[in-house]
Amino acid sequence: MNGPALPSRPAAFPANWPVRIAYAGLLVYTLYVCSILDVSLARLISGLDHAAKLFGRMFPPNSAPDKLSLIADGMIESIQIAVLSTFLGTLLSLPLGLAAARNLVPLWLASAARMVIAVCRSFHPIIISILFVKAVGFGALAGMLALVISSMGFVSKLFAEILEEISLKQIEAIRATGASFTNVLIFAVVPQVIGRFIGLSVYQFDSNLRNSTMVGIVGGGGIGAALFTAYQRFDYDVVLTILLIIIALIILCEVASSRIRLVTQ
Amino acid sequence: MSRPAPARQWQRLTPVQRIVRSMLAIIGVTALVWSFKTIEIIPEFLYDAPEQAADLFVRMWPFDWAFYPKAVHAALIETFHIATLGTLLALVLAMPLAFLSARNITRSPVLNWLAQVLFVSSRSVNSLIWALLFVAIFGPGALAGVMSIAFRSIGFIGKLFGEALEEAQKGPVDALVATGAPHAVVLAKGIWPQVEPSFWSVALLRWDINIRESAVLGLVGAGGIGVALDNALSNLYWDQVGLIMAVIFVVVIIVEMITTGIRARLI
Repeated sequence: MNGPALPSRPAAFPANWPVRIAYAGLLVYTLYVCSILDVSLARLISGLDHAAKLFGRMFPPNSAPDKLSLIADGMIESIQIAVLSTFLGTLLSLPLGLAAARNLVPLWLASAARMVIAVCRSFHPIIISILFVKAVGFGALAGMLALVISSMGFVSKLFAEILEEISLKQIEAIRATGASFTNVLIFAVVPQVIGRFIGLSVYQFDSNLRNSTMVGIVGGGGIGAALFTAYQRFDYDVVLTILLIIIALIILCEVASSRIRLVTQ
Repeated sequence: MSRPAPARQWQRLTPVQRIVRSMLAIIGVTALVWSFKTIEIIPEFLYDAPEQAADLFVRMWPFDWAFYPKAVHAALIETFHIATLGTLLALVLAMPLAFLSARNITRSPVLNWLAQVLFVSSRSVNSLIWALLFVAIFGPGALAGVMSIAFRSIGFIGKLFGEALEEAQKGPVDALVATGAPHAVVLAKGIWPQVEPSFWSVALLRWDINIRESAVLGLVGAGGIGVALDNALSNLYWDQVGLIMAVIFVVVIIVEMITTGIRARLI
């Protein structure tokens, strides 16, 4: 029984041509970049061969006592760098973040502070480390100062955003009592933001610990120096030991910091 | 005549919370004091630090503009491509792992856990350290840079995208399952449309970070503008170093403006 043809129903999921074209564009871009960057299957395959050799030389990880004591020294220095740079970086972020909060300070000051923050944030910690190694010489101080700068960039930006979200009611209430600007800060602003600021600092410690394992590659102290030396001497088994220790420490720290952030919020 | 009930004292924290907080504070202060006392700093280096820093800036200015067309421009383009291709590769590699890590999609604690371990390992090893490994594998050049960007980003993208997947609503999935749709269609039409904005938002966020990161990979030989920076540094051509830093600054600011603009519209 054939009735009159039903009007064709629209497809349940109509084709979305703009999206398809965008995906095709990404594919074309990928192929183009692979060709100009000399990324090819042949190189990947020959790389697998090297990778097998590399892993062969990495296993088993070197656990000779003298190497381990060297690694322990480096790790301790990395932790020190992370602790100090987080402390100084978050401490300096307090005034910088406050100066960048547009609801609390005049606009000219906020714009100037935002410029400073942008400069701190734009450079990778490694580039800042290179400059500090030139300014204050090799060693932990250079790495620490570099991480202070990058901590300031990250923490003050987010701290300024937190400050801009605070409720103005408490501020009005405290101001109505005739409190000075300092007292307004202490009694109206700080209680609203302290929890999130501590959370931010703990997160930054995590991030600084990761970066403190790296600044040693350019002379900024910490485990990176030992790692880079081992790498240049082709002691890949020592490299693996260091990598495993770094991963273990960072997992530990990440678990601890997520717990701490739960407590403080 | 009944006695008034004793006034109940209000306390924000329970005793346990207070003890935990004090312990954390003590641990923090101890770590700080220990670090201050034991960190090795050579004071002699500090005496001339201001002169050294001033000297650095004097040598940087004026920039060696002629160096830009010679070596910086091509390296900059290469950096851009390394970051973009590395991000795309990371997206391809991280997507299946994110599906594995999402507890509402993959109902196997072992697989969830395995994906999480891969993510944490990827994020724990710094991009520069990944680059060292990939330079040893593929030799110096952009390929090592692309791979290190990709491997470093898998953890970041996978973790955030996995969290977005876990927040997906069950309704559309149930509706599709009720029509008898195969598993792949449920994923593509039930889950993917819900998480697509956050997927691209995470991808853009990581791309922004990767532009910054790919600028330094060249220091260990993994291609891009870092190679030019490394050459300038080892030749002590500070006017070229200054130029490269200025270029990186401008590019990073532009990319950040673009990505925040797009992300604000995505979400």
